Amino acid sequence: MTQEHNPAEIPDHTGHPSSSTYFKVAMILCILTAIEVGIFYVLALGHWIIPILVILSGAKFALVVMFYMHLKYDHRLFTSAFVGGLVLAFLVVLTLMALFMWFA
Amino acid sequence: MWVFLGSDCMFFGTLIATYLVYKNKSIVGPYPIDVFDIPTTSVSTFVLLMSSMSMVLSYAALRRGRIKAFRIWLASTAIMGATFLAFQVFEFREFAVHHVEIDCVEPGKLTEFETDIFNEFCTEGVEHYEGSHGLTPATNLFGTTFFTLTGFHGAHVTLGVIWLLGVLLYSFKWGITPDRDLDLDLAALYWHFVDIVWIIIFTVVYLFGVFEGF
Amino acid sequence: MTTLALPLPRPTHPTGIWSWITTIDHKRIGILYGVTAFILFLTGGVEALLMRVQLAAPEQDIVSAEVFNQLFTMHGTTMIFLAIMPLGAAFFNFVIPLQIGARDVAFPRLNAFSYWTFLAGAIMLKLSWFLGGAPNAGWFGYAPLTGEAYNPGHGIDFWMMSLQILGIASLAAAFNFIVTIINMRAPGMTLMRMPLFTWMTLVTSILLVLAFPVITVALIELMFDRFYGTNFFVTQAGASPVLWQHLFWVFGHPEVYILILPALGIVSEIIPTFSKKPLFGYPVVVLSGVIIGFLGWMVWSHHMFTVGLGPVANSVFAATTMAIAVPTGVKIFNYMGTMWGGSIDFKTPMLYAIGFVFLFIIGGLSGVMHSSAASDAQQQDTYFIIAHIHYVLFGGSIMALLGGIYYWFPKITGRFLDEKMGQITFWIIFIGMNITFFPMHFLGLDGMPRRINTYPDGMGWDLWNAVATAGVVFLFVGLAMFTVSAIRSWRNGKRASGDPWDGRTLEWSIASPPPEYNFEEIPTVHDRDDWWSTKRRRAPAAVPVAGGSGENGHDIHLPQPSYWPAVVSIGLLVGGYGLIFNVAVAAIGGAIAMIGIYAWSFEPVNEPDDGAAH
Repeated sequence: MTQEHNPAEIPDHTGHPSSSTYFKVAMILCILTAIEVGIFYVLALGHWIIPILVILSGAKFALVVMFYMHLKYDHRLFTSAFVGGLVLAFLVVLTLMALFMWFA
Repeated sequence: MWVFLGSDCMFFGTLIATYLVYKNKSIVGPYPIDVFDIPTTSVSTFVLLMSSMSMVLSYAALRRGRIKAFRIWLASTAIMGATFLAFQVFEFREFAVHHVEIDCVEPGKLTEFETDIFNEFCTEGVEHYEGSHGLTPATNLFGTTFFTLTGFHGAHVTLGVIWLLGVLLYSFKWGITPDRDLDLDLAALYWHFVDIVWIIIFTVVYLFGVFEGF
Repeated sequence: MTTLALPLPRPTHPTGIWSWITTIDHKRIGILYGVTAFILFLTGGVEALLMRVQLAAPEQDIVSAEVFNQLFTMHGTTMIFLAIMPLGAAFFNFVIPLQIGARDVAFPRLNAFSYWTFLAGAIMLKLSWFLGGAPNAGWFGYAPLTGEAYNPGHGIDFWMMSLQILGIASLAAAFNFIVTIINMRAPGMTLMRMPLFTWMTLVTSILLVLAFPVITVALIELMFDRFYGTNFFVTQAGASPVLWQHLFWVFGHPEVYILILPALGIVSEIIPTFSKKPLFGYPVVVLSGVIIGFLGWMVWSHHMFTVGLGPVANSVFAATTMAIAVPTGVKIFNYMGTMWGGSIDFKTPMLYAIGFVFLFIIGGLSGVMHSSAASDAQQQDTYFIIAHIHYVLFGGSIMALLGGIYYWFPKITGRFLDEKMGQITFWIIFIGMNITFFPMHFLGLDGMPRRINTYPDGMGWDLWNAVATAGVVFLFVGLAMFTVSAIRSWRNGKRASGDPWDGRTLEWSIASPPPEYNFEEIPTVHDRDDWWSTKRRRAPAAVPVAGGSGENGHDIHLPQPSYWPAVVSIGLLVGGYGLIFNVAVAAIGGAIAMIGIYAWSFEPVNEPDDGAAH
């Protein structure tokens, strides 16, 4: 969910990646999902499974947003509109959970 | 469009917050562990992820002026979206008629909900119990929050499918050219957004839901 | 390129009622918003008047307890959603495109849709008086009081459906203004050259876009509970009634800033203009506005100090609440710094702006008092809170909005609002406002609770209640004088030139009332307060822009009127009504809305033969 602006990674002048990039991203997404479901059955992990799942789905989220939704290549103002809403939603969810004694 | 999506973030954020706040607060079953079927949902998740890929491929094809490829990928996106919806309808139906079967003599390891049923129905002389104990929005807090959250996601997917079909229809009836890629881009953004919401729901609701002690 | 999906002729009425129904001109929509909201403001005032009459003396029985509950619910809901918000929207509509040098908003038909949907929501709410009783659970509708079990009538149904419809209207309008302000500024108008009112509109719209989804979800949950038997707020099923409070105030507190930021924007326009000085510390004022918008999200639980969230939560929210006083105070000092040493012209708009600063400080101070959780425990649910909210919403928002009406009236109608009447009216309203609401501070500290329909003799509340009711008479006289004077001036007031106040911003660079196309040439902006510097430089009023060289607007292509936005709104109204009473009616409403959306999406913005479509 970070917004990185690394111009070196933009493949062509239109600012949009090629089909093969899309395909690679799709493959990564599938693998991440497979890992998620997979480690789910590895009970030995215990409570560690939660942060791992959070990180994995966060990565998937970021991949889709940055590549498929080309946020990576978009105007800063739009980036902040979306990221702002996202961060705010995230904070509100966390605060509500805290207020309802979720972490106690 | 980005602004709309930011707004929609708050929409789903609130729904997810409601779900989480009420997690493990249901008084009667069934509970997530009783009804969730992770392998099936994994398949539908996979379908939705793939639809996002075909969506970008459709967009890329349009930008390169390959109208036929654009239509094929767009149609397959819509079909995958519809498949996902079919999975969801199937899943909702399964939950609603959730079937419980208990061997009253040797019950084995039971979930909390099954234990409740065991205590209630496995009375003297009953050897085997079978019955339908479905989950509906009115059953308990889990049902209420689960169906509302996933139902609204499903409604978003439905709207997305209609939108994609609309673009497809438009391209057949009036033609489409690469310089009109913004029309498709907006639909695509919406589609990917629905996808990422599902990524979160799948992890937070399904995977965490079945995980004991969370 | 495209053909009409539904073969209905395009509306072409230049005048008359159809021209208003089908208009997509932002100026006309702004006027519609303003007039409708002002009428609704008066209805909300009548509701308040009835309450004040009931409370004028102890143990009266002029209205029943049940009707009293409905009155305060309707008064709060009306004033917030049907009066102050749409009055703000009226100014957004009329002023924003003019201030940023645009010919219209980004999505003109969506704009028309916002207005008609707002009207549908207003009708929905007010209908409840005639169809089985108004809502009676307070404007915040705390669960489970709103649940089917405790509130079986249709009042709550009307309340939630109408808020849902109003939410759609506000969201559509907010998207529209964000896009308009980001994309349609005249060349040269960077963000830091934008007029303050435009800035505050932007912040307000962003708040709206992020806050309304939360109340939408909360209302959906309530609706499902009431219509479909879900358990969101059913405590017997383990639900927590506090969840509603949280969701409501997560929305509700940003909502408070949605009500006050436009007012701050208006005052930021009026004060520099009538002080003949640029706004003191422009970047700081902008930044404070943005910070208020941001901090507004972190204070919602200060409405819930007495719920029992625990000392940690209460302390955190008390601290953030106190912090929000800082940017607000900064703005007040900027206003004073602007007036300091300026050659102040005490015209009516300026009087209202100064009145705003004065009253808003009082409201702000009582706000700081109950930001302390410990002292709030004493003040919660007393008349002290009523006094606070009316000092910030009446003394703040309404004073600024009235000032805004006086300020932009010449631009809207081409005629001045009567200045002499304006001065008298201002003093009557200002004094009446203080007579009405200041005693409520005393009543609150004496322990008079909110939302009681009467009180026993001998509590020591008689005097101040009588005084407050007397103040309402002043307010009504003042508002009646204002209404009469506005109608008379609209018809035959003194003619105003394009720039009657020696204005600073672009809307004063064109004729009053502005032509349909606003700007003959899209201006190029070189400066903050650009119209002032243009006038001082005695440079040509506007620099031509390639492609926009229209002569008297004949070549300027404006989007054409459309029936469909109003049709969709009617569909929403019928659908909302149907959800309460009859599913079949709801289906009809849905169908009307679908037809409207379908026809709308296939209707080109301009007819192809108009030469403007590409």
